[in-house]
Order: sequence, then C-alpha cells, then structure tokens
Amino acid sequence: MSSPHQGSAYFARSQITLVRIIWMAVAAVLALMTIFPLLWMVSIAFKPAAETFSSNLIPGAPTFDNFIYVLTGVPFLRFMFNSLFVSVAVTIIALFFHSMAGYALARLRFPGRELIFLTIFSTFLVSLPVIIVPLFIIVKWLGMLNSYAGLIIPAIFNAFGIFLLRQYYLSIPREMEEAALMDGASYWRIYWNIILPLSRPILSALAILFFLANWNSFLWPLTITSDSKLWMVQVGIANFKSQYAAAWNYMMAASTIVAIPTLALFVIFQRQIINSIKTSGLK
Amino acid sequence: MNDRPLVINRRRGLSAKHREWIAGYLFVLPDALGLLIFLGLPMVLSFVIGFFEVDGFGAYTFAGFGNYARMIRDPFFWSAAKATALYALMLVPSLYVCGLGLALLIQKPGRFNAVIRAMFFAPHMVSLVVVALVWQFMVVDKIGVISRLLPKFGLPAISFLGDPSFALVAVVVVSVWFLMGFYMLIFLGGLQDIPAEFYEAAEIDGAGSIARFWYITLPLLKPTSFFVLLVSMVAAVAGAQAFDIIYVMTRGGPANSTSVLIVYIYQQAFSLGAFGYAAAMASTLILLLMLFTLLLFLFTRGGRFDHE
Repeated sequence: MSSPHQGSAYFARSQITLVRIIWMAVAAVLALMTIFPLLWMVSIAFKPAAETFSSNLIPGAPTFDNFIYVLTGVPFLRFMFNSLFVSVAVTIIALFFHSMAGYALARLRFPGRELIFLTIFSTFLVSLPVIIVPLFIIVKWLGMLNSYAGLIIPAIFNAFGIFLLRQYYLSIPREMEEAALMDGASYWRIYWNIILPLSRPILSALAILFFLANWNSFLWPLTITSDSKLWMVQVGIANFKSQYAAAWNYMMAASTIVAIPTLALFVIFQRQIINSIKTSGLK
Repeated sequence: MNDRPLVINRRRGLSAKHREWIAGYLFVLPDALGLLIFLGLPMVLSFVIGFFEVDGFGAYTFAGFGNYARMIRDPFFWSAAKATALYALMLVPSLYVCGLGLALLIQKPGRFNAVIRAMFFAPHMVSLVVVALVWQFMVVDKIGVISRLLPKFGLPAISFLGDPSFALVAVVVVSVWFLMGFYMLIFLGGLQDIPAEFYEAAEIDGAGSIARFWYITLPLLKPTSFFVLLVSMVAAVAGAQAFDIIYVMTRGGPANSTSVLIVYIYQQAFSLGAFGYAAAMASTLILLLMLFTLLLFLFTRGGRFDHE
C-alpha cells in the first residue's frame, strides 16, 4: 500500500489531509445511506401505530407493544424454533458430508474421480428457482412434503461447499496424513483425527455462511410447507404481511426480530464472514 | 476388540490401491447421491416433464413439443423474458459499478474503513423477505418515507410499486442494495492481489490516480471482473434474490411489469398447477445456466481456481 506521504510531490500536506477528509466524508455519508433502511425498520418497530408515518427517525413515544404483540399474538417463537432447528441440522450435516467429499476429491486417488468432480462442478451455477418444479415433484414423491426432512435434506447438498473444501485440502501439506498411513491408520481415522481438526478455520467460516443462508431461505420452505406448524420464520413473516396488510408497525417489529440474529452473527463473526467471501472469488 | 484381527485380515486381502479406491467412493457417496437426487435429477426431469401435460390430479399425458409450442405463442412468456432481460441489463452493470466503486472507496486498511465496510455489507446479512418488506414500507403508495422525500427535492411523488414503468427499477434498486456488499468484498479480494510495487512504480513515473486506475487496476482486475459479471448475470437470470423481492413486494405486478421468468414459472406451477408448462420454461433457463457454467469452467481451466 502506498502511504499518503508519497503523494507529496503533487500536493501540499494540508491539501492531502483535505482530500482524505472529503474521501472519508463521502464514504461515511454513503454508508449511513446504506444502513438507513435498517435504522428505519428498527425505528418503526418502536413506534406506536399512530406514529408509523411520521418522518422522525427517533420515536416520539417509544414502545415495546409491537414486539409483545408479534411474539404473543402470532406463533412467531414457533417459526423461530423451526428456522433454528432446520438451519443447525442442515449446517452440521452439510459440513460433515462436504468435508468428506472434499477430502476424497482432493487427496484420494480412485478411478472416475475427475468425472465425479466435473459432474459436481456442472451443478455449480444451477439455482433453486430453475429446478423448483421437478424438485417439488421428487420431494412429494418421497413423501417429504410438510416435514422437517423435506425442509432439511434437499438443503444440504450444494457444490459450493464441496468446492471450497476441496480447494482448502489441496492447499494443506500431506506429511501428517502420509505418516499416519504408514502407521496403518485407516482413511476414516485420518479424516477424523487429522483432516477434520486441520479444517477448523474453514469449517467455522462455512458454518456461519450455511447457517445464514438457511435462516434466510424463503423459496423452498414456502413451496413445501402448507402446514403453518412447520413454517420457517421467513415464510411466517411473509404470511404475516398478507394478514396485517397495513399494520406496518407490527411488520417492522417482526422484521427486526428476524434480522437481529443474523446481524448479531455478523457483528460477532465479521472477520470470518468477510474473509471467506473475499477469497471465494477466484482463489 | 474381538473382531479387530478379522478387519485387518480382510484389509490384508485388498491391495493398498484398492483400499484407497473404496475409501474414495465411500467418502464421496453421501454428497454424490444427494446431489444426484436433489440437483442432477431435477435438472434432467425439467426436460422430461416439459414434454408432458400434467393435470390437477398429477396425471401425466405425453404432449410432445406442445409445451414448447405454447411457450412461443404465450405473450406472457415473452413479456417475462423481456422483464428478465431488462432486469439483467440494469442489475449487472449497477452491481459492477457499485461493487468496484465501494471497494475502491474503502480499500485502504484501517479501523475507519473497516467500520464503513461492515456498514456497506450489512444489508447482505438481512433476509430478502425482510429487505423487501422494509423497502416496500419506505416506498409504499405515496406515504412511505422515500415517496414523501421526493417532493422536497422538487420531484413528483411517485407510487413506485404501483407504476409499471417504475416497479422493475425499484426491484433493481433493492437488489443492488442487497447484493452490492457481496460484490464489494469480491472486488476487495481482487484488489488485494495486485502487488503494491506496481502502484509505487507508476507513481514514480508520475502517473496520476486516474491513470493508475486505468492502466494498472482495471487490467489486473480482469479475472475478478469476469467472475463478478458472470455470477451477477446468473443472479439476474435465476437468483433467489429476484424471486424473494418480487414475491413479497409486487407478486409480478403491476401489469406484469415485474413478472420475470422465475416468478412466471413459479406461478404457472404452484398457482395454476401447470407443472409441464413450467418445467418446459425452466428447462430453457437450465440450458442458459449450463452455458454460463461452461464459460466459468473454461475460464478457470477446469475448475482450478488456484491457477496451478
């Protein structure tokens, strides 16, 4: 990185400070504009109904009534539990399966390995909206509509996780595994005792990403759960909207409750989340 | 521990090579099976179901190219294709400019920039349903906070989501707001890979900041740019963000102006029960995505993102 002092051939020092201050001010204004909708959401959540369309950001008479209504008048806690359960289950199983597959595709030699990898790669860009019709038919045929299995199992499999883990395993040294192999350890033992502990950093980063993706997922749970006992929180909140079309104070309170867990995760694991996305580009 | 010698005996029966083969297949099996059933099979089935007429009771009748012929005659399909193209045409360049712009703005390390970066990325952490609800609230009819702000700048109060010429633009704005932080991070990763010496050398040669951007940053960002353009194109054509935002904010309206292909397909299947027709339309999108994947594959030299 070039330090600002190197620019002194062109500008006097005071000018550089000025340029930097302007630069920072622009960034700060844009950043505030970016998070304004989120601040607005929280603001309305604390406003009584009469104040919903007033334009001050700070509520005149802040109240918890909207939150209390949403948490007691609607089975919102149930929706949150469903989301938590499904997201955790998908994350754990997916990390387990993907690390196994990633390890085999990076390290073990067996006929057809390249073909298997290519086939997995070919599903890389296929997204849920384009396969939703046949996927629904398959899941219905398997008898998994309106079930936790239907919410969890199809969400486990994606090429992205396998891909990143394979890349990671290609980059770590082989010595430990080879020594273990010499000592007669089985491949399962090597995976369990050597590979998994070594992959802790990438597994924790992926765990956060998987959890977030599943907590926020909408299309799949919307499609396969008509029974409101199984609704995940995003379906619950979307349905909430059709019931309380004009009660924006309730809707913003519900939105705030749904957004808080993911925003909290972001604040806590900011570094891991940002780094794992930054390197997912072309590494 | 009685069975232990048995296991070893059996292993002795296999050569080391075959043991490795079996281990490899077993390790890949769960994921391979899952991907096959829940991704591969649906991709293939889209084409198969596309050749059938499916009635409300789930009975399939072979229809040949009937669904595809219907597609060509269906004006709503063409308006959905047009909406998708317009959405992509607006979304892809906006994401490129916003992503790169924000990355350049905050690329220098430091605590201030780290906070700003987190603020730019924060929308991406919120679910799309919430994103859509919050934005809808801000532009609702003529009483949302943004709708009321416009007259203060001498602009007419617009009901963004009620006006066919503005609704899709509104969906693009919300999509950009949600996605730009993600692309900013991808660009930041790319910018970090450009060696600082290049800039120092250029500075010694007297290159200004615009020249440095044009002759160093942009050319060396080519791989990142390619990746960003491709992935944002896929997001525009088939991304969940479009579906979620449109489903919550407009349901494809007004006057079908935001009925992009994935929304139209969903409505045909799950509101009207036309699974065969929906699958036929989806199969054309799958072909398009496979083409994009091929490009990505060729570009990354067989999926090796590490440039070995």
